[in-house]
Amino acid sequence: MENIYSLIAFVLLSGLVLGSALLVVTLKNLVHSVLWLIVTFIGVAGVFLLLRADFVAAVQVLVYAGAVCIMIAFGVMLVQRTEMAGSNPVNWRFKIAAPLVGGLFIVIGLLTAKAQWVVSGKEVPTQTVENLAPILLQDFVIPFEVAAILLTVALTGALVLVKEVKANGDRS
Amino acid sequence: MENLFVNMASGMRSLLASAGLPDAATNFVLMFLKLGAILVYILISALWLVYMERKVSAYMQCRIGPNRVGPLGLLQTTADIGKLISKEFIIPRCADKKLFLLGPILIFMPPLAVFAVAPFGKDMVAIDMNIGVYYFLAVASLSTVIVWMAGWASNNKYSLIGGMRVVAQMVSYEMPLILSIVGVIILTGTLNMSEIIRAQEDVWFIFLQPLGFLIYLIAGVAETNRAPFDLVEGESEIICGPFTEYSGMGFAMFFLAEYANVVLVSVMAVTLFFGGWHAPLGLTFIPSWIWFLLKVYGMIFLFMWFRWTYPRIRVDQLMEFGWKVLVPLSIANIFVTGIGKYLYQTIRW
Repeated sequence: MENIYSLIAFVLLSGLVLGSALLVVTLKNLVHSVLWLIVTFIGVAGVFLLLRADFVAAVQVLVYAGAVCIMIAFGVMLVQRTEMAGSNPVNWRFKIAAPLVGGLFIVIGLLTAKAQWVVSGKEVPTQTVENLAPILLQDFVIPFEVAAILLTVALTGALVLVKEVKANGDRS
Repeated sequence: MENLFVNMASGMRSLLASAGLPDAATNFVLMFLKLGAILVYILISALWLVYMERKVSAYMQCRIGPNRVGPLGLLQTTADIGKLISKEFIIPRCADKKLFLLGPILIFMPPLAVFAVAPFGKDMVAIDMNIGVYYFLAVASLSTVIVWMAGWASNNKYSLIGGMRVVAQMVSYEMPLILSIVGVIILTGTLNMSEIIRAQEDVWFIFLQPLGFLIYLIAGVAETNRAPFDLVEGESEIICGPFTEYSGMGFAMFFLAEYANVVLVSVMAVTLFFGGWHAPLGLTFIPSWIWFLLKVYGMIFLFMWFRWTYPRIRVDQLMEFGWKVLVPLSIANIFVTGIGKYLYQTIRW
């Protein structure tokens, strides 16, 4: 952290992200949860901005925060309740989950504390997009395209599954 | 005249500096003033655009339109807003109260946030952002969630249907909107709005990207939820959709936000395709910011012309048109533009 202002901003943003993320899991109403999820994503975008990664911040807003409404639409359509209160019940199997998550947290914390962090002394580039383009579309074009194909396959697979269910439903 | 606002800003800066303020504080105050000026412009613009809409529609239907309040009826919308402010704001008993109230409060946030990167004239951009176009797309997409939230919180079946239609329409039209802009970005190689305008000094991009402009125009009308794509409101089907339960100023906020969005889409169209503040035909004696506003209001007139000429299309027609016509066309446009640029660069013709 360069100065006191970025430290204050970081503390506020992380408080926002963690607080709203907590509300996402604890709130009883599914729609409220999803709306708080938008606040979480915007907070994460703020952290990216603090790191001067403006392009990634905009991606965060467009892809995650903007697309959340599609998720809500599916949520409302799939839940099919007249009363949305209590549509996001708490999962009480936390006795299994808590040790697992706690263990993972400790492992990550230990590794983070042990790791040797390489701090680049270079200036933060002012033009972030121009440097991204050759990386994505020249150096790593094959992994990039494979990821795209993977997503397309997943999407098509989901469509096929949904269609099959519908066809069965029509028969019965 | 040309540098009226630029000189005002620099005069303000030297005044603040001579008053002994540190640099950071001066920048902060100036930024605050710039954004405040944009805010006032948008609010006043939204107010008068309602008047313009009513006048345009009246003349298209051989009527006179508002002509009683003030000279030529110019104060009609001011009176309307005064009336709406004085009305009771009713919250339905079964509505989700907090979300219901949040809707009209938040609805102005995305368009106002986007205007920070709009270049209103030569050297007249509040924040010269490196990724301006992308920022526009990202922040503008947030307004869908707010409209959906208002529709859901109303707890009314028409509002919920309207909210669902907002989401469906956004999914179908955000894609072609973004893809139609990619052509311009390929040509300029930048996402910075000022640089895109600078690249159009010799030729406007509407002549290089006619298909891109057409797709942008159609998707833009859909994006602002105006006729022929006003399925979200559809007065005769779902009585104003997400806004059914809103009364008084709550309704007025949504109403004015629609016009703020129209200005926004027009500003982007002018920036991307009509050369921004560049004067056409060498008519540079008219200041750049006047040119910019003239082009913007020309675009807005086009949007109003659409609204009062075309009938509303059906939901399934809208989806089909978006996915089966606009998306393939815009991808083809990107392909042709890419090949064209490559050929231009290799043979230097």
